[in-house]
Amino acid sequence: MQTQRPNALFRNMTAKIAALPMIAVALCVFVGCTLWTVYYSFTKSRMLPSDKWVGLDQYERLWNTSKWQIAVENLVIFGVCMMILSLVIGFTLAALLDQKIRFENTIRTIILYPFALSFVVTGLIWQWLLNPDFGFQKVVQDLGWKSFEFNPLFDAEIVIYGVLIAAVWQGSGFIMVVMLAGLRGIDEEIWKAARVDGIPKWRTYVFIIIPMMRPVFVTALVLIASGIIKVYDLVKAQTNGGPGISSEVPAKYVIDMMFGNQNLGQGFAASTMMLLSVAVILIPWAYLEFGNKKHG
Amino acid sequence: MADIALNSASEMRGPKPRKAISKSNVILWSTLAVVLIYYALPLYIMVVTSLKGMPEIRIGNIFAPPMEITFAAWHKAAFTACTGLNCEGLSRGFWNSVQILIPSTVFSIAVASVSGYAIANWKFKGSEMFFTILIFGAFIPYQVMIYPLVILLREIGLFGSLWGLVLVHTIFGMPILTLLFRNYFTSLPEELFKAARVDGAGFWGIFLRVLAPMSLPIFMVALILQITGIWNDFLFGVIYTRPDQYPMTVQLNNIVNAVQGVKEYNVNMAATLLTGIVPLTIYFVSGKLFVRGIAAGAVKG
Repeated sequence: MQTQRPNALFRNMTAKIAALPMIAVALCVFVGCTLWTVYYSFTKSRMLPSDKWVGLDQYERLWNTSKWQIAVENLVIFGVCMMILSLVIGFTLAALLDQKIRFENTIRTIILYPFALSFVVTGLIWQWLLNPDFGFQKVVQDLGWKSFEFNPLFDAEIVIYGVLIAAVWQGSGFIMVVMLAGLRGIDEEIWKAARVDGIPKWRTYVFIIIPMMRPVFVTALVLIASGIIKVYDLVKAQTNGGPGISSEVPAKYVIDMMFGNQNLGQGFAASTMMLLSVAVILIPWAYLEFGNKKHG
Repeated sequence: MADIALNSASEMRGPKPRKAISKSNVILWSTLAVVLIYYALPLYIMVVTSLKGMPEIRIGNIFAPPMEITFAAWHKAAFTACTGLNCEGLSRGFWNSVQILIPSTVFSIAVASVSGYAIANWKFKGSEMFFTILIFGAFIPYQVMIYPLVILLREIGLFGSLWGLVLVHTIFGMPILTLLFRNYFTSLPEELFKAARVDGAGFWGIFLRVLAPMSLPIFMVALILQITGIWNDFLFGVIYTRPDQYPMTVQLNNIVNAVQGVKEYNVNMAATLLTGIVPLTIYFVSGKLFVRGIAAGAVKG
């Protein structure tokens, strides 16, 4: 690897040429395209990108648009619930599966299969299950509970929870797998010591195992969070933003503005806001993860 | 939850867990039963709905198995359902997806494996920095990069074509795949690389004749990851292709969420199942490798 050649630039030239696609993607797409969008979010772009600088006008208009306000509000509700539910369900299921039970593989296969399905498929399945005339609501009513009402997809107040149910169904199995890997990485000795000391199992989990699994939880959280911000196809398929605009999300707002309403400036401003929210989550995490070199 | 934990702590120590009906076991298994119903029921309902006729769906209960099994809905979903003016069913989207899937998978894995190899074994100045950018790039919302990419593709004449979409899949598959391959190649013993070097093998020689043949498992993981990922893609398909090239997911959404016409729920469910069959098959067949694939990104960011 350390062959001495006169010019450092030409050393291992083949390797550098082979890495060119990666360099191009990193620089042109991830850095270049991102900066491009951020720059043009300050311009007056409508149907086509324009160079006319308007400062923060697009952002001002964005935050005064009710569709965007609803989208952000939905994302916050969805995001918080999704994080809590995924972590709780994922960890609980992992802990249950870690009890050396029989059929572990079968059970894991059943819990994880939704993760192989696309968001479009997931959205359409739950659209059908939550159909007020045929789905879950109807079945409970037919059982005799006539006044039962659970119609999230047509109720603007709770529609985002309808999307949430589908998202949890699709994604929690994945978090379970991550958690299970974390649980399996815990030294048996810890369990033995806890048992010898007569600490009840649930206390061992809450006070010893969970604190030990902090890095796993952080990783899971980052994975969930980066998934949440991207939610688009699920909403597109399940509710298409409806009823009205009550289940809009930022990712959908961006696409609608760019490719439906031909309002590029709004699309750029909205996507820059998305980027900003990712940065808010990612930078502290990267700092924690890579800042201390212990597990770099 | 608390109770299970409390009791099983002492019972786990027993000689042989013969008596299956202990209190903790009942709680454990009833919890699992509820969980399994939540996860498994939607698939069951999809299957039974797709096998019923519309009259039966209107009067019946979605949980009930079909009284009379009919594959009419499946046939319609596959060959005659309409999206706009085109009435060829999902078969068209299926072939589009296959045409997108094969080059995208091959291309993205080829490029990413070489990149992973280059930064694992041939570190050069700046290689780690580019890699870090790449990994952080994985967290940038696609929405931020989508429009400049439209312009780039238009400039090189690939916008709206199949190859444009292949390129997009290659680009966005790059972070996770490169990470996967880099980690794998780094974990191989360095003596291997050195020995090949001494024998006079160059960059490509080492990769093609020494490393790639012994990396079959990781290629399988990448393959599974890409096939499910690309097949399930909706966003890139809808933006970077023309309507006659829409992948299956986009066409599925157009069929099911069409505003005109009577809703045929059995056809919709058959269509949904048809779209889900490819990733589901991959998942059920590949088993552990699928889990490895999805965990690969999770293990180390």
